[in-house]
Amino acid sequence: MTSAVQAAADPRRHLAAQRRWRRSEVAFWLATLLPFLLVPSHLQLASQIAITALFAVSLDLILGYAGIVSLGHAAFFGLGAYAAGLLSKSGWGEPLSGLVVAPAVAGLVGYATSFVIARTRHLALIMITLGLGLLLHEAANRAHWLTGGADGLQGVRMWPLLGHFKFDLYGYTAYGYSLVVLFSIFLVTRRLIHSPFGLSLRGIRENPIRMPAIGAPSRSHLRTAYTISAVIAGIAGALLAQTTETVSLGTLDFQRSAEVLVILILGGTGRLYGGLIGAIIFMVARDQFSGINPQYWYFWIGALLVSVVMFLPNGILGGLASRRDES
Amino acid sequence: MRTNLIALGSLAAALLASSPTNAQQTIKIGLIMPYSGQFADTATQMDNAIKLYVKQKGDAVGGKKIELIRRDTGGVAPDVAKRLAQELIVRDNVDILAGFVLTPNALAAGDVSAEGKKLMVVMNAATSVITTKSPYIVRTSVTTPQLNESFGSWAYKTGVRKIYSMVSDFGPAHDAEGAFHRAFKEAGGEIVGSVRFPVANPDFSAFVQRARDLNPEAIYIWVPGGVQPAAIGKALAERGIDPRKTRILGQGELTEEEALKSMGDAGLGIITVYHYDYNHDSPLNREFVRAYHDASGRNPNIYSIGGYDGMHLIYEALKKTGGKTDADSLVAAAKGMTWESPRGPVSIDPETRDIVQTVYIRRVEKVGGQLRNVEFDKVENVKDPVKARLKK
Amino acid sequence: MLVPILGVLFDGFAYGMLLFLLSVGLSVTLGMMNFVNLAHCSFAMLGGYVTVTLTQRFGWPFLAALPAAFLAAVMASVVLERTLYRRLYRGSALDQCLLTIGVVFISVAVAAYVYGTVQQPIHTPPYLRGSVTFMGVTFGVYRLFLIGVGLLITGILVAALEYTRFGVQVRAAVDNQRMARGLGIDVDGAFAVTFALGSGLAGLGGALAIEMVGLDPAFAFTYLVYVLIVVSVGGLGSIGGSLAAALLLGVSDVAGKYYVPELGAFLIYLVMVALLMWRPAGLLGRR
Repeated sequence: MTSAVQAAADPRRHLAAQRRWRRSEVAFWLATLLPFLLVPSHLQLASQIAITALFAVSLDLILGYAGIVSLGHAAFFGLGAYAAGLLSKSGWGEPLSGLVVAPAVAGLVGYATSFVIARTRHLALIMITLGLGLLLHEAANRAHWLTGGADGLQGVRMWPLLGHFKFDLYGYTAYGYSLVVLFSIFLVTRRLIHSPFGLSLRGIRENPIRMPAIGAPSRSHLRTAYTISAVIAGIAGALLAQTTETVSLGTLDFQRSAEVLVILILGGTGRLYGGLIGAIIFMVARDQFSGINPQYWYFWIGALLVSVVMFLPNGILGGLASRRDES
Repeated sequence: MRTNLIALGSLAAALLASSPTNAQQTIKIGLIMPYSGQFADTATQMDNAIKLYVKQKGDAVGGKKIELIRRDTGGVAPDVAKRLAQELIVRDNVDILAGFVLTPNALAAGDVSAEGKKLMVVMNAATSVITTKSPYIVRTSVTTPQLNESFGSWAYKTGVRKIYSMVSDFGPAHDAEGAFHRAFKEAGGEIVGSVRFPVANPDFSAFVQRARDLNPEAIYIWVPGGVQPAAIGKALAERGIDPRKTRILGQGELTEEEALKSMGDAGLGIITVYHYDYNHDSPLNREFVRAYHDASGRNPNIYSIGGYDGMHLIYEALKKTGGKTDADSLVAAAKGMTWESPRGPVSIDPETRDIVQTVYIRRVEKVGGQLRNVEFDKVENVKDPVKARLKK
Repeated sequence: MLVPILGVLFDGFAYGMLLFLLSVGLSVTLGMMNFVNLAHCSFAMLGGYVTVTLTQRFGWPFLAALPAAFLAAVMASVVLERTLYRRLYRGSALDQCLLTIGVVFISVAVAAYVYGTVQQPIHTPPYLRGSVTFMGVTFGVYRLFLIGVGLLITGILVAALEYTRFGVQVRAAVDNQRMARGLGIDVDGAFAVTFALGSGLAGLGGALAIEMVGLDPAFAFTYLVYVLIVVSVGGLGSIGGSLAAALLLGVSDVAGKYYVPELGAFLIYLVMVALLMWRPAGLLGRR
């Protein structure tokens, strides 16, 4: 409540205050370096966690800040992955150029679909995102000549990063690369949501009817947010394609869309760090559970989700925050 | 907020750090399979066979103990399969990679096998090119063209001239369709029409109706195992297509044990091609089926036989190398290996590291009140035809 | 020319009926309480497994197993509603998603543990197999049966909603929950009953689905998408809408496969996206 009052009194100071780095954030990012020292044999997993975290951050931008629930966000992840994969397959295996091409493709498609997204809400919105995602998945399956269909894209070969770091079996390069990209995009996103644009997105989320009434161009804001989110998802997809040198229909499918949604809700929406924490908890838990019990690990993941909802509503970060406020 | 983040971070790190250390008197085999999800049953059957083999032959070979490490891909997920293969090598120090039900996953792990120089035993994935991904891949299952090219020529030889073909719209089915059409047309046959249906198709009535309207001499069908064979069999019966009058040809998935159970008499007369069935008549197979049934309460299928023979190959290769686990020695030991499998005589082609085996043609008949695939013809010593052509 | 068209219509109709049975319960509960129950298909799966167990292991006749499947799903939903769902009625939709997806995960693992990963066979009685030909059109007997059951259930539901006191309460709660509470209607109680009945219908749908689409532990995931499509296209809380949507999707799916197999899987999604862009609240939805 107090922060809302402050915000109303002097929005710019309010935003500037939010932009300041807290010590816990610095500690978090320093901790992301720990895997290099503590668990060097788990860097491949760490790399895929970082990629999933980036994907979750892109979803948080539209779900947590603009209130758009998407069940088809894997479309942009997959577009990015295929774009990066195809670039490499065509003979140009330089990784950083993939990070330019992939988001461009994903962003273009994101912008084109954003017109539909911005004018729909509620269940219809969810189902349209789902439908568009499934259509793209089916199209990729059909376009066998381009995508390799169900067998996946073959012949993706990455050159060493910056001409120097080979993508190794241990995943030193993969994790280092994913982490740097994640951190850079995170910085941009963080700046973005603590800007007047981010504030008006939250306004749209809280009251979609009122925002246009006070003169905020809510549809164009939604379109922009959706396109940016698609761009980031495309980068995440490209990272996965490059660090694993594989691209398959799995990058596009419903399961990936649903999973990233679960991860984000688990961590807590609208908190930037929710996607990161969700990705770490979910993927580490799955790695451990499925390692111990490859056949029935679903049970334990399910139990984890149920107990988080019961004891920490609004996701882990949301739940912890409200518990702390109570005590 | 701050303390929470730190606590969560260190919790994650602690979980990650809890990896086991290795002792070097064991040989570790990393199994990568879809233990959960849509393809879970294939992994279940393969795992049953692997367990049975270890139970029968003991868990020590070449003076070392065998340890199995199981990893779940959750379905078609080459990115996950590749990571698991990498982790098995760098984290768990496995000596051999094995399993691999699905082609995309096997292809992705193939890179790791080549880079990490580990023997990789493909126990199911059936696309021809897989073995070319790494010089250390050996396959103990089958290749799709091996079955379907043999079947195409066989169909023409036995009098079929015109065929309508209906297959699922995804990789393995395209493979099978291509191989069958190729061999059938080369022999002189004609494809009078073909259709591809969506992979996740729950209802076949529309497609079967189209086939019936064309009234062809024979219909070639390829659908993945699971729900679909029974659904298509029932659709055939509902549309009044009788496999005893119109020849229904397909790969063995179409008339698997479970599919026949729910298909009922609609399945009678369907002709399929396969490399193994639990009804195969040989003393070795009868014994295998009994032991398998005792251990797991089910009958073995192709996933079981791929896993069983895969373990056999690993054990025999290790015996030959005296427990040495470097990939070059193991592959050298595997090349040209010949043995009597429950499915019949098999060998590993020294040039392609792919399996050479007998392909059986079976018809669904009622034996003792139960529907069975009865073998009535076979083609012996079949190599993978795709790689054989490449060499020419 | 007419004959194949009739055949396609009939098959699509039967498939649509199946989709309707699987999804109508979710539509009503979502419309009434805005409660997102993604575990709806887990109840369908339960109904399926109960049917398989009773017919295969205990030799029950298929028709007797159907009410049992219904009841089993009802009981399971009551237990879940009391222990878990009840606490989240006023929680956020996202939390409801997370909870119910967790339930789906658990149910999939439990099904795999108890029944194994194998495809479950079902033996329908002889009088439900085969087909009859009428004026040159072939009608599958099981499909006829399915359509019959679907119509019967629709009739009962409509009558119950229109003519019983309970039905009036449910309609009031769907229309305006706050107002209904204000009028002294026990919305939570009515919801609990509706939820149980809706889950029961899913259980029945699951039992009837095995013959057509099979049953394995992945069922709870596989059909979730189809059910969500029907619910959204039909409009929340509308029985007529769900029926119309299910039939429309069933017919367009089957017709699409017959006439334009190249479009195959695209069609059902294209139809959904187009319909939702035209009517975001669904065919017969008001919100």
